[in-house]
Amino acid sequence: MHQQLNPSKPIEGTYVFDGRKSQRGYAFNRLGASLMSDETRAEFKADEEAYMARFGLSEEQKQLIRDRDWLGMVKTGANIYFLYKITTVFGDSLYKLGAKQAGLSYEEFLKTRNVSGAT
Amino acid sequence: MGKIIAGIGTSHVPSVGVAYDKGEQQTPAWKPLFDAYEPVKEWLAEEKPDVAIIAYNDHGCDFFFDKYPTFAMGAADQYAIGDEGFGMRPLPPVPGNADFSWHLCEQLIWDEFDLTVCQEMKMEHGFLVPMNLCFPKEPDWPLAFVPLAINVIQHPLPTALRCFKLGQAIRRAVACYDDDFKVVVFGTGGMSHQLHGERFGYMNPDFDNWFMDQLEGDAAELKAMTHHELMEKAGAEAVELIMWLVMRGAMADDVTRRARNYYAPMTTGMGLLVLEDAA
Repeated sequence: MHQQLNPSKPIEGTYVFDGRKSQRGYAFNRLGASLMSDETRAEFKADEEAYMARFGLSEEQKQLIRDRDWLGMVKTGANIYFLYKITTVFGDSLYKLGAKQAGLSYEEFLKTRNVSGAT
Repeated sequence: MGKIIAGIGTSHVPSVGVAYDKGEQQTPAWKPLFDAYEPVKEWLAEEKPDVAIIAYNDHGCDFFFDKYPTFAMGAADQYAIGDEGFGMRPLPPVPGNADFSWHLCEQLIWDEFDLTVCQEMKMEHGFLVPMNLCFPKEPDWPLAFVPLAINVIQHPLPTALRCFKLGQAIRRAVACYDDDFKVVVFGTGGMSHQLHGERFGYMNPDFDNWFMDQLEGDAAELKAMTHHELMEKAGAEAVELIMWLVMRGAMADDVTRRARNYYAPMTTGMGLLVLEDAA
């Protein structure tokens, strides 16, 4: 059997989504998974606190959402595809979500791309 | 006996679905991608395959971490379109072929691939983008589909070698289906990209082209790659590339290339590789 992951050799700027992360971020990801209809997205946007209260988030997790701290969420178990459903509600599409994680403004980020019209 | 007429490796970026829905195929930013699929689409229209088996991954539209299958296969005559968090795409439902799906499920499970069998599945960009790029939707989709969802998002994932062996088992299963039944096998995802963390936006075009070179050969080095190596060289989310090994495993040992393209405009290396069994 080959070991597939190598925690002794971490990849910079990377937080591998394994079972432990998935367990830790379960409430985040469950909230994200609930946002797959216009109705739930509207409910979340209209009353963020009431919506968060349904998913058993810890106070720390709620604060990360209030702070729009997407990178902090990734570090504590938000899976990128469920996080994306959360950030979309707040107007951060995939590339904006990415730029924020990389610590760049959206405009700065676009300048680093080969063909920035292909969004 | 049934026959696999082509193996297709292709990326499945969500923005391609958006460009498709908006009719932006000929804008300068998208033309280099969409044009490369036109000859493939024409060739497939001439060959008239009965079914496409698409090895893809769900991105949290259909499956959640309460229960997460490593390999899941659709066994229905129709699959719904899903809203994956940014609205419902204006597409008709995906036609299936339950009889062929159940044949595949039987053969693969008896061949020791312990699939989760699904009679309802919601299709999203991982599946729909490759379908949109390779087949016309007017007035109806010209063939049926078998979705094969693979866990590439919550480690531990199946190994690259396991994916290759699943492709080999699919080849055996197709061979004992009805005469003159034509199948295309897709491996989707990748190529190089990273969507999370400070390393967001990482791409590696040299790696992507090397990866396609290997697929045109025996893919021996790809089968031996660990998930860590793939993530290190091509970005964490590029681990999706293990699904291309399902496609390669379904082909003969020797293959010839019918089409190949590579375009890396934004954050994902978008590859296309069409293989046929060597004569």
